[in-house]
Amino acid sequence: MLLINCPYCGERPELEFVHGGQAHIARPGSPAECSDQQWADYLYRRDNIKGVHAERWRHTHGCGRFFNALRDTTSDQFLATYKIGEQPPVPAQAQPRKATA
Amino acid sequence: MSPTLRTPSGGRINRARTVRFTFDGRELRGFEGDTLASALLANGVHLVGRSFKYHRPRGVLTAGPEEPNALVAIRRDAVRVTPNLRATEVELYEGLTAHSQNRWPSLKLDVGAVNGLLSPFIPAGFYYKTFMWPRRAWKRLYEPRIRAAAGLGRAPEHPDPDSYSNRFAHCDVLVVGGGPAGLAAAHAAAESGARVILCDEQPQLGGSLLCEQDPGAALEDGAWLARTIAGLMAHPRVTVLTRTTAFGYFPHNLLGLEQRLTDHLAQPDPAQPRERQWQVRAREVVLATGAIERPLVFPGNDRPGIMLAGAARSYLNRYGVLAGRRAVLVTVSDEAYRCALDLHRAGTPVAAIIDVRPQVAGELPEAARRAGLPVHTGTTVVGTAGRLRVKSIRIRKLDAHGEPRGAVERIACDLVLMSGGHTPSAHLFSQSRGKLHWNEALQAFLPGESPERARCAGACRGIFSAAAARRDGENAGTLAARDAGLVVGAVIGEPALGPAHGAAASGELPQPAGRPVSKAFVDWQNDVTSRDLLLAAREGFRSIEHIKRYTTTGMATDQGKTSNLNALAIVARQIGKPIPEVGLTTFRMPYTPVTFGGFAGYSRGELFDPVRTTPIHDWAAGKGAVFEDVGLWKRARYFPRPGESMHAAVTRECQAVRAHCGLFDGSTLGKIEVVGKDAVTFMNRLYINGWTSLAVGRCRYGILLRDDGFIYDDGVVARIAEDRFHVTTTTGGAARVLAMMEDYLQTEWPDLSVWLTSTTEQWAVIAVQGPSARQVLEGLVQDVDLSAAALPHMSVAPGRICGVPMRLFRVSFTGELGFEINVPADFGQAVWEAVYEAGRPHGITPYGTEAMHVLRAEKGYIIVGQDTDGTVTPDDAGLAWAVGARKPDFVGKRALERPAMHSPQRKQLVGLLTAEPHVVLEEGAQVVLDARAAPPTRPIGHVTSSYYSATLGRSIALALVRGGRARMGQTLYVPTPRGNLAVQVTSPIFYDPKGSRQNA
Amino acid sequence: MQRFSGLSLIRRGLNGQRGWQPQWRRAEPKPDYDAIIVGGGGHGLGAAFYLAKEHGITRVAVLEKGWIGGGNTGRNTTIIRSNYLFDESAALYDHSVQLWESLSQVLNYNVMFSQRGVMMLAHTVHDVQVSQRHVHANRANGVDNEWLTSEEARAHCPLLKVDDIRYPVLGAAFQRRGGTARHDAVAWAFARAADALGVDIIENCEVLGIRRDAGGAVSGVDTTRGTIRAPRIGVSAAGHSSVIMRMAGVDLPIESYPLQALVSEPVKPIFPCVVMSNTIHAYISQSDKGEMVIGAGTDAYTSYTQRGGLHISRHALEAICELFPMFRRLRMLRSWGGIVDVTPDRSPIIAKTPVPGLYVNCGWGTGGFKATPGAAHLLAWTIAHDAPHPINAPFTIERFRDGNLIDEAAAAAVAH
Repeated sequence: MLLINCPYCGERPELEFVHGGQAHIARPGSPAECSDQQWADYLYRRDNIKGVHAERWRHTHGCGRFFNALRDTTSDQFLATYKIGEQPPVPAQAQPRKATA
Repeated sequence: MSPTLRTPSGGRINRARTVRFTFDGRELRGFEGDTLASALLANGVHLVGRSFKYHRPRGVLTAGPEEPNALVAIRRDAVRVTPNLRATEVELYEGLTAHSQNRWPSLKLDVGAVNGLLSPFIPAGFYYKTFMWPRRAWKRLYEPRIRAAAGLGRAPEHPDPDSYSNRFAHCDVLVVGGGPAGLAAAHAAAESGARVILCDEQPQLGGSLLCEQDPGAALEDGAWLARTIAGLMAHPRVTVLTRTTAFGYFPHNLLGLEQRLTDHLAQPDPAQPRERQWQVRAREVVLATGAIERPLVFPGNDRPGIMLAGAARSYLNRYGVLAGRRAVLVTVSDEAYRCALDLHRAGTPVAAIIDVRPQVAGELPEAARRAGLPVHTGTTVVGTAGRLRVKSIRIRKLDAHGEPRGAVERIACDLVLMSGGHTPSAHLFSQSRGKLHWNEALQAFLPGESPERARCAGACRGIFSAAAARRDGENAGTLAARDAGLVVGAVIGEPALGPAHGAAASGELPQPAGRPVSKAFVDWQNDVTSRDLLLAAREGFRSIEHIKRYTTTGMATDQGKTSNLNALAIVARQIGKPIPEVGLTTFRMPYTPVTFGGFAGYSRGELFDPVRTTPIHDWAAGKGAVFEDVGLWKRARYFPRPGESMHAAVTRECQAVRAHCGLFDGSTLGKIEVVGKDAVTFMNRLYINGWTSLAVGRCRYGILLRDDGFIYDDGVVARIAEDRFHVTTTTGGAARVLAMMEDYLQTEWPDLSVWLTSTTEQWAVIAVQGPSARQVLEGLVQDVDLSAAALPHMSVAPGRICGVPMRLFRVSFTGELGFEINVPADFGQAVWEAVYEAGRPHGITPYGTEAMHVLRAEKGYIIVGQDTDGTVTPDDAGLAWAVGARKPDFVGKRALERPAMHSPQRKQLVGLLTAEPHVVLEEGAQVVLDARAAPPTRPIGHVTSSYYSATLGRSIALALVRGGRARMGQTLYVPTPRGNLAVQVTSPIFYDPKGSRQNA
Repeated sequence: MQRFSGLSLIRRGLNGQRGWQPQWRRAEPKPDYDAIIVGGGGHGLGAAFYLAKEHGITRVAVLEKGWIGGGNTGRNTTIIRSNYLFDESAALYDHSVQLWESLSQVLNYNVMFSQRGVMMLAHTVHDVQVSQRHVHANRANGVDNEWLTSEEARAHCPLLKVDDIRYPVLGAAFQRRGGTARHDAVAWAFARAADALGVDIIENCEVLGIRRDAGGAVSGVDTTRGTIRAPRIGVSAAGHSSVIMRMAGVDLPIESYPLQALVSEPVKPIFPCVVMSNTIHAYISQSDKGEMVIGAGTDAYTSYTQRGGLHISRHALEAICELFPMFRRLRMLRSWGGIVDVTPDRSPIIAKTPVPGLYVNCGWGTGGFKATPGAAHLLAWTIAHDAPHPINAPFTIERFRDGNLIDEAAAAAVAH
């Protein structure tokens, strides 16, 4: 169970949140002008990145707000969370720590 | 009890309290503070189990959670039987009843031991190579036998009456392990102001110090242990959890701890949970998980009476038990000499110390020599003897090249103690996804870097001496407090380590060339021998994961705690690769087996999932309603009168609605209040319908799609004010519709001024349906004109009923004149009862979901999720009329333009009438074109709803059929076990197609 | 290929089980092949086997990043069944079950396919409707599936608690031909048989890039062990389908989620079949080693870590203990995680791709193991013919563009 830093409420356990899939996929402004392929891309194509990716979470059992997060899908460590409408911050890579330090 | 096997004094047992117990029916005695294993050894019982494959007689190998052999079933009473418990962990209590496992007819005489004779023919993985012919014999003959041979204990057969609890906790520093490092870490962290949780799997704190005759000497500080433990127990910021195993390390510093609360008690309070599972979120974690002694691999190393040197030392110093009368030690490190000296002091003759190393100096070996103990350096073990207990050991001198060349010498003994050095317990560290690094000197993997906020201290990172571990723990605890954000004092730094702070070996002891005479075990429980590992390597398995899976080494209930490194070393040597290149199997939770009940916790019955009930639930229950589960809700399905069948009740309820008046609890319907100046824009963008033209006070049947074009939900939507909609959803869809609305509102259209509020629980919904509905309500409703002109079908009005504020909907899901009274939930039952009383002269009848389904099906109204299945478009469902034609966009619109959405072969909703009017089709039955169609065939549709309609005097069905609307009047067929039934395709509206009744 | 039999075990047993050859060679990569399979799981190894056996294409390399069978092949709960709802799915999975039924004999390797039956519980009126629709659809398709009342379900699996639980069992769909198999053995068996036909199985060989010629067609792969050329490349790399396919510029409608499973300590045989409940999210069977094998759900978020959250495994055991309250006293021995590639309609893709010479087999979600021989067989066919077999023809990438989804998940959706 992840520990997620809601930008509005602070750190809360994953149980309070619902994952909202990849972030920054905007619904096309004029769907009628989309080709079938473009519409299918909007609906279904996902980057599915192995590494740092941007995703949406909703603090459903809290403030109810959607927000975005940068998470490394190879370690599940969050690099940042930020509000809807904000640009993703430049990620500072989490440094592994020596077990003995 | 044989008194000679207990030391006259000493140990941490309470000699004043004798405890009686039985093992395989034999009555024995031990002392308070014993484990089952120590008490058995005190009684001279070494034979405690049989191995998995060859049914070899086995004794106690260890004194801790790594035990592979001494597995027993503990029977508390007829329903509290727990298999596969380790005797080394089972605390003795008065009346404890233990049984050995995997043997028949008895532990001493086990027929399964014949497998040992067959062993040349059943090597590792033999089952992959045979049992294939004849093919039919697999299911009937081979497989049942293989299965019967497998398994260890017997699963409990009765529901477990015990309860289990769970708890969440947070702390600054979680310390795992209560040995010298852990104690010091917890103490240092707490003194720095940290909130600390300290857990240890043992009943007492102390860890390895519990096995010392004089912990003070080991620590070089006589009073430290008692002082530190007392300080921690009394510390207001410290929670000490004993009998608590940290079993799992999960992302973001969440650890799972399993606390055993009652298994050690003779008479547990039945109200007390048996175990408690903790989920601890720690800012910082200190792992002080110690180390496990490594056995040695030599022929015949598995006989009862052969155990780890540290275990024997533990039995002696902690439990006052002499594990044997004449001991031989086999070692590759100095540590074992400590054991030899302790045994010698306790009066057990030490027949020999066999040290594989050519030269041995150092403090401990010198002390052993001074004590006159015979030390054989440069010597290996080539075999042992003894059927149910080891009787002797055979040794050979090694030459300068490490080859056994000398004459075989036999030494009589009844106890063989081995030590291959120690393996740091990096399990939890590895679970945290911490990297492990190979240390050649220690022949072990040591913790490196962790992505989590974790650090290791003491033996689990290779610092074995108690005094150094204590210092290491103090340093780690201080740093953990600092990293948790606390202000700490001076940091003492890591302890200085001598050049040779440990020694170890891995792999098999040197053996003469040629075929070995007997098996050298690597994995005791699964009977994996060095030969099996070599076979796997010969057959081309190179990755340690392959070796493990092919031979099953390390996959037994001890999960390789004593075997993994030896297996790795044997394979590495065979294929000529360094150990780190062969790989290390990943450690995964749990560290030791954890009771399922602990994971399930309180979750059972009504606590498995919350039960949602409506305000009218108790009334319905009082009337004998039968309920069905819909999502979390309990909904009244029908209201049988005494002796009445479901069919009869539903028929009666339906007829009452059609003829008079019915009363239905619609409170479970999802309700969302959509408010704001942009509410109508929001609704226009979301639902397929047009909302701009909907007047205040009017309702419309709304349909919601996903953006893939398929029906997601439906429900009546009322316009309460220009800027306010009362949206209803399906019962199951309430939460997900609100989530979808929030998603679009917050992330796609944040410019819209709209607020969404779930009001599902705020409104009780009482549906009054039937020709008499208006008369029933007339006397109760205030401030609303109920006439058809003032309140036509599909309208809504605010008002009061019985003095209670309400929203009165004129809507119908039955096809009759109908009202849905929405009142605040707290008044729900009172209003319901008032309506019921007022309706009695009119024959008002409560009806349930089953009658509701029949009534709506007669009208061809769909149920989302029953007549649709996530692949149905509005047009498929015959709802294309609902689409707001002039809208440029709505959720799902673009997807409806895809090619497949226009295929004439799409499944469309139609009615089906059976040729035989009294035959009711099964829901889910398939529809085929051909009267003679037989499997395998490709159906063209399926029945979605099917009922007997008492009103129509015949069965009716709704179905999704390919190109269905073009098939009106056609005869199709529904296969059944009794043949293909003819059905006629009709309109899905079977009753009152003009709708005159609902508009009445 | 050395023949495996009881006799061979006895003969070699007299000689200390010496003389067994490696089950597959430790092949060094050659500069070029006729076809390359990326991914040495059961699906990929099987595809190589069928390419060699049925299509005569033996110059084939299987490239595996780690050790064969180490991905989802070795990380599942080994359940095999074909009682899927839609005609297309039932045909696909039943093709696989039919291959399973003779796989041990065909490969001369006992994969321990145990047709102990798969029971899928219905807990609500809606479940009953959905289950019965499955039963009817399957029977029409010629796939065995039958409806059991709750009493019949309990008679077959006496430990099952059907009453006095939060969601009482109202009945079950039961496929007798379904069951389990030994997962590791499937990978090894295909590897051994493919190797014997000349296929090179190359472990510790990670694909770093896919090469394309001037015309856009594939021409080979760059790996940690050098460049290997081939005109046809089949990708069968569950858990990393998106990563590999992106190397060729192909975007997939796939997301990768952690899926967990766990086993209990081994106990004597007590559990006769596979029991699954989609409503309360649990599935359980007993392995031939005696362990109760339990599947948990996926986590909510995408991840490549091969591990999941504690709350996910807790929930699986809550459900198991609710259905089988005697198992509360059993203990979890081991757990593990895999990465499942999930498509929007929960059905797989076995298809040609927009890149000539590139074929993909992916998107099996939580259900790939059961499809192992079938998917392998169809992928091989598709590669050999440069065209899909009729069974996998509907399972294209383009179906998402055109709206021809095969939505097994939606069809089981709970509503009303």
